[in-house]
Amino acid sequence: MMKRFVYINDDSSQDSYCDNRISNRKYTLLNFLPKNLWEQFSRFMNQYFLLIACLQLWSLITPVNPASTWGPLIFIFAVSATKEAWDDYNRYLSDKQANEKEVWVVKEGIRKHIQAQDIRVGSIVWLRENDEVPCDLVLIGTSEPQGICYVETAALDGETDLKTRVIPSACIGLAPEQLHKIKGVIECPNPDKDIRRFDANMRLFPPFIDNDLCPLTINNTLLQSCYLRNTEWACGVAVYTGNETKLGMSRGVPEPKLTAVDAMIDKLTGAIFLFQIVVVIVLGFSGNIWKDTEARKQWYVKYPDEGPWYELLIIPLRFELLCSIMIPISIKVSLDLVKSLYAKFIDWDEEMYDNDTNTPSHAANTAISEDLGQVEYILTDKTGTLTENRMIFRRCCISGIVYGNESGDALKDVELLNAVAKNVPDVLRFLTVMTICNTVIPIRSNSGAISYKAQSQDEDALVNAAARLHMVLISKNGNTIGVNFNGSVIQYEILDVLEFTSDRKRMSVVVRDCQNEKILLLSKGADEAIFPCAYPGQQIRTFVDAVEQYAQLGLRTLCLGWRELKDDEYEEWSHMFKEASTALFDREWKLAEVCQRLEHDLEILGVTAIEDRLQDGVPETIETLRKAGINFWMLTGDKQNTAIQIALLCNFISSEPKGQLLFINGKSEDEVVRSLERVLLTMRITSSEPKDLAFVVDGWALEVILKQYREAFTELAILSRTAICCRVTPSQKAQLVELLKSCDYRTLAIGDGGNDVRMIQQADIGVGISGREGLQAARAADYSIGKFRFLKRLILVHGRYSYNRTAFLSQYSFYKSLVICFIQILFSLFSGVSGSSLFNSVSLMAYNVFYTSIPVLTSVLDKDLTEKTVMQHPQILFYCQAGRLLNPSTFAGWFGRSLYHALVVFLISIHAYAGEKCEMEELSMVALSGCIWLQAFVVTLEMNSFTILQHLAIWGNFVAFYVINCIVSTIPSAGMYTIMFRLCKQPSYWITMVLIAAVGMGPVLAIKYFRYTYRSSAINILQQAERSRGIIFSMGTLESQLKSVEKDVASLSITQPKNRNPVYEPLLLSDSPTPTRRSIGSSTFDFFQPAQSRLSTSYSRNCKNN
Amino acid sequence: MNSKGASTSGGDGTRDSSAPRRNSKKPKYSKFTQQELPACKPILTPAWIITSFALVGLVFVPIGLASLSASEQVVEIVDRYDIDCIPEQFQKNQLAYIQNSETNKTCTRNLIVPKKMNSPVYVYYQLDNFYQNHRRYVKSRSDKQLRSTAYEQVTDSCKPEDKANGSAIVPCGLIAWSLFNDTYKFSLDSKVLEVNKKNIAWKSDQDHKFGSDVYPKNFQSGELIGGAKLNASIPLSEQEDLIVWMRTAALPTFRKLYGKIEVDLELNDKITVVIQNNYNTYGFGGKKKLVLSTTTWIGGKNDFLGVAYLTVGGMCLFLAICFVLLYVFKPRTLGDPSYLSWNRNAAGHPS
Repeated sequence: MMKRFVYINDDSSQDSYCDNRISNRKYTLLNFLPKNLWEQFSRFMNQYFLLIACLQLWSLITPVNPASTWGPLIFIFAVSATKEAWDDYNRYLSDKQANEKEVWVVKEGIRKHIQAQDIRVGSIVWLRENDEVPCDLVLIGTSEPQGICYVETAALDGETDLKTRVIPSACIGLAPEQLHKIKGVIECPNPDKDIRRFDANMRLFPPFIDNDLCPLTINNTLLQSCYLRNTEWACGVAVYTGNETKLGMSRGVPEPKLTAVDAMIDKLTGAIFLFQIVVVIVLGFSGNIWKDTEARKQWYVKYPDEGPWYELLIIPLRFELLCSIMIPISIKVSLDLVKSLYAKFIDWDEEMYDNDTNTPSHAANTAISEDLGQVEYILTDKTGTLTENRMIFRRCCISGIVYGNESGDALKDVELLNAVAKNVPDVLRFLTVMTICNTVIPIRSNSGAISYKAQSQDEDALVNAAARLHMVLISKNGNTIGVNFNGSVIQYEILDVLEFTSDRKRMSVVVRDCQNEKILLLSKGADEAIFPCAYPGQQIRTFVDAVEQYAQLGLRTLCLGWRELKDDEYEEWSHMFKEASTALFDREWKLAEVCQRLEHDLEILGVTAIEDRLQDGVPETIETLRKAGINFWMLTGDKQNTAIQIALLCNFISSEPKGQLLFINGKSEDEVVRSLERVLLTMRITSSEPKDLAFVVDGWALEVILKQYREAFTELAILSRTAICCRVTPSQKAQLVELLKSCDYRTLAIGDGGNDVRMIQQADIGVGISGREGLQAARAADYSIGKFRFLKRLILVHGRYSYNRTAFLSQYSFYKSLVICFIQILFSLFSGVSGSSLFNSVSLMAYNVFYTSIPVLTSVLDKDLTEKTVMQHPQILFYCQAGRLLNPSTFAGWFGRSLYHALVVFLISIHAYAGEKCEMEELSMVALSGCIWLQAFVVTLEMNSFTILQHLAIWGNFVAFYVINCIVSTIPSAGMYTIMFRLCKQPSYWITMVLIAAVGMGPVLAIKYFRYTYRSSAINILQQAERSRGIIFSMGTLESQLKSVEKDVASLSITQPKNRNPVYEPLLLSDSPTPTRRSIGSSTFDFFQPAQSRLSTSYSRNCKNN
Repeated sequence: MNSKGASTSGGDGTRDSSAPRRNSKKPKYSKFTQQELPACKPILTPAWIITSFALVGLVFVPIGLASLSASEQVVEIVDRYDIDCIPEQFQKNQLAYIQNSETNKTCTRNLIVPKKMNSPVYVYYQLDNFYQNHRRYVKSRSDKQLRSTAYEQVTDSCKPEDKANGSAIVPCGLIAWSLFNDTYKFSLDSKVLEVNKKNIAWKSDQDHKFGSDVYPKNFQSGELIGGAKLNASIPLSEQEDLIVWMRTAALPTFRKLYGKIEVDLELNDKITVVIQNNYNTYGFGGKKKLVLSTTTWIGGKNDFLGVAYLTVGGMCLFLAICFVLLYVFKPRTLGDPSYLSWNRNAAGHPS
C-alpha cells in the first residue's frame, strides 16, 4: 500500500500534493460544448435524430423543410445543455465560495489569513467555533484543556449528533504558542473515501516531547465540511486537501437507474427502428423499380438518362426521412416532463408528510417512478424501518432477580427502586456499567439540565434509564467521567475504550475508579458475545432464561458484565493494545484479537431489555402490500428470535398452522447444505398449497450458501414469497438484492441506517426512511419517506399511477407518429413511390410537437381507479407488476390501431376528395384534420377520468388546431393560404370528418365495450364497482364520509393507549383485532453499537469485496 | 393511511408535538398537487354505448341519404377521347402521332345530354395515371418567381426546367412546362356554346400567388417542348389555365376545371365538341377525358360519402341491436366483485 508522509509546518519542503482548490465542476468554459454534445450524442436516440437531421440538409432527398427536424432537435439539446450548464455554474459558484473562504493558517511561525484554496498539505489550520473545516485535518490542539473538541458531521454522513474528537496523545498539553512551531511527520495512507477509518501515525520532532510513534485514528481528525461546535478553537495539520479529501474522494455520480418501463420503451423503439428499416428497404427498392419502368416513360418528370452514382440511394433515403417520424422526437421530452411531475406529486403529497419529524416525502430520483408500480420484492431492514428505533428501557434481570415483569416498566418497579435505595452492590454495579460503558456525551445546557448526545439509541436508553434510577452521568471531559449517584459525585478515569465492531458484538471500557484506584473492565454486548466470557462456575442459567424470555417478548436484550483488573495485568495488556492500535494494516483485526485477551472471566451482572416499538401502520402496510403480490424479505442484523417475533407482529409471516417457518442453519457447511436442500424440497412440495411458507437463514449460513450453492438458493428465492435473513452484514444485504435482481425481479430496498446504504443503492429502487439514525440512507436513496407506512401509498398510488400513465403516454406517442407515417407511406403508393410528402413541414412538425403532444400530457392527471379503491384492492397492482399495460402485445394493439386509423383517414380522404377536389394542399389538410379528430377521440376514449384540465387540453387543442390553421391560412406566403377557410365552408369537409371519426372510432369503441363488459379485467370491474357505488351515494360524499370515519378511528387509536398507559402491556397479540398501537421491543444488537464502528466494518468489507 | 392520525407516537412524550411549527415543511395543499381535482369518470355502460351507437346510426342514415341524393342530382357526362381521337392509321403508333407537330390533331366528339343540366355546367378535363404528385414534379416550381418579378432569377428549385439558353425561364419548373394544352370548342345544334374561361382559378391564387407584373419569359423555348405555350403579353395572374394547372393534384387521377358553360342544357341535347388533341398521355399510358358536370351542395358526382354514411349508419344500428340482444340474453352485473380473479381463486394472489 502506498503511504504519504506529511511534514508538519514545513514551509520549505515542496511536496507534490495538490493544493486545496476544490472543483466539483464537470465542465470548463472551453470544453463545455464538445463535452456536453458528446455526452448527449452517446445516446442512441439522439444519434438517430442527428443523422436524420443531417440527411434532411440534402435538399434532393428531403421531403420537408429541414427546420422541422432541426428546430425540435436544437430545442431539446439546448434545454438539456442549459440545465447542465446551470447546474455546473452553481457548482462553480459554491466551489468558488469554498475556495475563497478566508482561513487562519500558520506561515513561518505566524498566523495569517489566507484563502482556503491556498492551504497546503502540512499547513497548520486554526478554526474557531462554528467554522467549517476546509480540508482533512489531524487535530493537534483545542481550547479545551482535555484536548477534545466537538464536531458536527451532518454534511459528511448526515448524522446530526455531535461527535467528540480528541487530540493525539503526543500533542496533549501543548500551549497555543508551541503549536505555531510544532514540527513533525505524519505517516498516513494515500487518500481514500472511507470516512470511518484513518489509520495513521504521528511522530513529533524534538524539542517536542518524545519522538514516540503516536497512533492516529479517525477520532483524531477533523474532516472537510464538518463544523466545529461547542469548542472555542481548534487547530490541526492538513493531511488531505482539495479533491483528495475523504469527502472529495467519496463524491461520485451514482449510476443512473433505468426503469423496466424505459427498458421496454427502448426495446419497442428498437423494434420500430427495425420495422422502419424494412419499410425503407422495401419502398426504396420498389421505388427504384417503379422509376426505371414507369417514371422513364413519364416525359413530364424528365428523368435524366444518366444519373449520378448515388442515384440508387436517393429514393431509399427519401423514404428513410419520410419514415423517420415513426420514432417520435417528442417522446423523450414528454416522458421527462411527466416523470418530473410524478416526482413532484410525491414531494407534494400531503398524506406522505410525516408530522412527527416534519419531513415531507421526497423523490430524489425523478426518473424511476414507474418502477414503483412494478415492484415484486421488497427487502426491508428491521430496526428503524419497521420499528420506530426509539428505545425505551423496559425490563432487566440483575443477579437472577427480574424486574419490571409485572408493570412492564422496570423503572417503576418498586423492588428495583428499593434495591437502588438500599445500595445493593450488584444493582449499583449494574447501573455503573449502564452509565459508563458507552460513548454517550452529556451536554449541560445553560439552565443546568443535562441532555445526552448518543450515536446509539440503545446507549441513550440505558443512560437515561440509569439517570432515572439516580445514577446520572453528568460530565465527560476527556478521560474523566463524572457520575452523580444520589447526590455524591464519583469520578472515573477512562483508560481504554474497546470499541464495538459487528464482529465482536460487544464493547468494553477500562476505567479507573478515582475513589479506590481500582481498575475495572466494564462490558456490554449481545448474549452470545458476553456469556462465553463469564468466569468459570458462574451460574448463568437465570440470565439465559431471561434473555430467552425477553426475546420472546420481542425486546432487545443486552448483557452486562464486569471484572476487576490487576494493575500488572492491565499494564501488560495496555502495551499490546497500544501496539495494535498503531498498526497501519489490519488494525481492526489486530485490535479485536487484543481485546479478546482482556474480555474473559467476566462476572455477568445482568440483562437489560429495551423495547423498540413497531411503527404505526406497519402490519397493515405489509399486509396490503403482500396482497398486492409483493414479496417481502426482511434483512436484519438482529438475532433470529427477535426477527421472527417482529415478523409475526407485523404480519410478515403467519403463525402456525397457517404459516410455516423453514430454517436453514447448521454448524458446519454440510449441515447448512443439507438443511438448504431439505427446505428446498419442502418448498417444492408445498408450493401449490395455500400456506404461507417462509424460510429463515442467518448470516453465517448465508455466507456459505452464497459462496457455493447459489443456484439452489436462487431457486429457493423464486419459490419463497417470504424470507427472514438475520445476522446479515451490509454487504450481504446488497448481495441478496443482487441475487434477486439477477432473477429479473424488480426489487425495492428500504432502510434507514448507514448499514442499508449499499442495499439501497444496489436495488432497482432504494427507499430511505429519514429516521433517527441520520439521513445517510435517505440521502443515498431514490425516495425518502418519513415512515414505513408511506410505502403503501408510494407504491400503490404513486407507483401504480405513474406506471399506468407512462404506459399510455409512451404507446400513444408511438401510435400517433405511426398514424401520420403510415399515411405518408400510403400516399407514396399513390405518388409513384417517389417519396413525396403529403403533409407540409409546418403541419408535420406541429402535429408531432404540438397537436398530439399537449393533450396527452394531461394523462399525468388520469386516474383509472380512485386511491381508495386501489388501497382496498391492492391486488390490482398485479397489472403493473406483470407489465400488462405496456408490453409487445399491447403495443401490437396500438400498432394495429395506427395502421387502421391511417387507412381510414387516407382512404376516406382520397375518396371523398377525388376528381376535381383532389388538390394537394386541400387533401393534405383534410387528412391532417382527420388525424386530429381521431386523436381527440382516441385520447378521450383512453383517458379514464376527466378533470377540467383534460377537457381544456383535449378540446382546447382541437379548437386550437382550427384557430391556428385559420390564422396560418391568412398568410399569403404560407403554403396553405386560404385552404382552411375553403375547407370550413364546404359541407363535404365536415361530413368527411364525421365519417372519419365514426369509422375510426366505431370499431375501437365496440371492441372496447365488448371487452369491458364481457371480458372485463379486474380494473374494469373495479371501475364499474366504483360507479355502481356512486349511484347509491354520490361518490364524493361517500369518500368524505369514509374519511371522517377514518379520522375518528385514528384519533381513537391514538388516545386509547395514552389513557391506558401505565399498565399498557406490549405483549405479543399477533391476532389482536386492533393492532394499530402494538408496541414491541426486541433483543437486538444491531443498533446497540455506535453507528460509526458498525459502518467501518461494512466499509472495510466493501473494500475487500470490491 | 391517515397521516394526521400519527401526530403523537412513542410513550416517552419528550417532544411536544402540538407545539406550533413555524417552519413546517408540510406541502401546501391544493387540489392539483394532491391530484384531487374533481373529475368525471365516464364508463362504458351498456346504456351509454347502445344509445350512442343507435344515435350515430340514426343520424348517419339520413345524412347518407341526403348526400346520395345530392350526388344523384348531379348530371355528369364523361367522354374518354384519347384513343378515339387518333386516326386509324396511327393507332399502332400513338406516340409518333402525338409527337409529330405536322399531324392534324383536330377531333370531333358528340355528346348527348342525359338529363337536364342547369347552368353553370362545369367543363373539366380529367387525366388518369398522371402523377402530378411525383416528388420530382411537385417540387419543381418557384413560388417566389411566380409572385413577383423581383425574384425572377430564383429558379433553383425548378430543376431541370430552370434555365433555357442561359437565362431564367418564367414560369420555371416542370409543372409549368408540362401545362395541359388540349382545347375544346363546344357547339349545340351547330350553334357555338360559349365556354367561360374567366374565374376558373382560385381568386386567392390570382391575387397573391401569381403576380400581375410577372410575364412569361423564355417559356417553352428549350429543345424539348412540354405542353402549352403562354402568351407573353399576358401577366401570370391572368393566365388562369396555368394557375389551375399549377394547383397540383394529390392523386394520379384528377380533374381540372377548363371552363364554365353558362346556359342550361336540355335533355337529349346533342353537343358537338371539337378537340385539339395535343397533350401527350400516350407515352405513359394515361387517359384523357372530357367531363361536363353540374354541382350541388356536396360538390360534383361522388357517391362515396352517401354510400359510406349509409353503410356506417347501418353498421351502427346493427351493433346497437347486437348489444341490446347481448344485454338481454347474457346480462352481466357491472362491478360485481365476485368476478375479481383474486376473489375467485381463494389462493389470494392473481396468477
